[in-house]
Amino acid sequence: MARGTVRPLVVENTAAIRGDTVARPVATWLPATITAAVPLTERSRSLRLVVPGWRGNVPGQHVDIRLTAPDGYQAVRSYSLATSGPGEHIELAIDRLPDGEVSPYLVDVAEVGDKVEVRGPLGGWFVWRPGDPRPVQMIAGGSGVVPFVAMIRAREAAPAGNPFRLLYSVRSPAAAMYRDYLEHSPVGTTVNWIYTRNPPPGSSRPAGRLTSIDLDSHVIPVEQDPLTFVCGSTGFAERVSQMLIERGHPASMIRIERYGDSR
Amino acid sequence: MSGHLDGNSLAGPLSGTFRFDPTVAVGLCDTCGDARPLAASPVYGSAMGQIVRCARCDSVLLTHVQTPAGTYLSTQGLTWLRFASEADPRVTS
Repeated sequence: MARGTVRPLVVENTAAIRGDTVARPVATWLPATITAAVPLTERSRSLRLVVPGWRGNVPGQHVDIRLTAPDGYQAVRSYSLATSGPGEHIELAIDRLPDGEVSPYLVDVAEVGDKVEVRGPLGGWFVWRPGDPRPVQMIAGGSGVVPFVAMIRAREAAPAGNPFRLLYSVRSPAAAMYRDYLEHSPVGTTVNWIYTRNPPPGSSRPAGRLTSIDLDSHVIPVEQDPLTFVCGSTGFAERVSQMLIERGHPASMIRIERYGDSR
Repeated sequence: MSGHLDGNSLAGPLSGTFRFDPTVAVGLCDTCGDARPLAASPVYGSAMGQIVRCARCDSVLLTHVQTPAGTYLSTQGLTWLRFASEADPRVTS
């Protein structure tokens, strides 16, 4: 293609380009109903939705949620799924952002029976496919743990398999999403905790953000060829992935998902 | 421009334009020759659409803009985009 020449393709009819007349395109917005809402921390909760026509998802995928105001104004945000597999029931976990437009509504206002629209499942990169034999290292910052809950649940459902490790960095025990589940040793997964502000009493590690020493202590070493997933804020994801690369992890074995301001 | 996201966030917006999940496709930067999945490239979004940049040299790789007249997809910074010839990974396992 000639440099500096921009020849945009105008897509007049996307259905025709997809050639997709039988299978429902993933771009379809599906009506969904909230069936359960469970507080996870002071500022987050999980929502279970029933989505007629949902075709299942693999662990690590996300959805877009669309809310429509009475005046027609629409807002779309992406949320990770904490569940995977077939069926029409999905679970999201939402962290309330202080200046958020959508998350305060989903955490504080929405009720069982309310309707939203869902597009997905989305994303084929930041996923773990059951059957993949590689050891899996997950490194989460704050609400970045949600897609890993889906992976750990899927690993737990597998009869046997590769080792899973989760390194979870949070401000305090009370700020940890899915803390009860993760503290009760899910089958197949080892969980290590990093507390950045208020560690529990008796904790040997002083409060502080995740360091290279923590990685050396808790992360599956390069020699075992782990697939390493990192999920958290942009700053967290970039810092951790940089430290991993400095420790010899090939970039091709690191998969990153970051939460930006727009969430 | 405020903070960016990564290419994982393209999956929803581009789902109406591509037949398969485009975020697992590998793009070759026409400027510096870096090759990586779109999912691992920085994405700058706005209400109009998305701009994907090269993670190494910051060149604009791909622009996706939705207008009332249609969807514009410009791949001006990509030499190619390689789609794996496997089944649609969006479908459940």
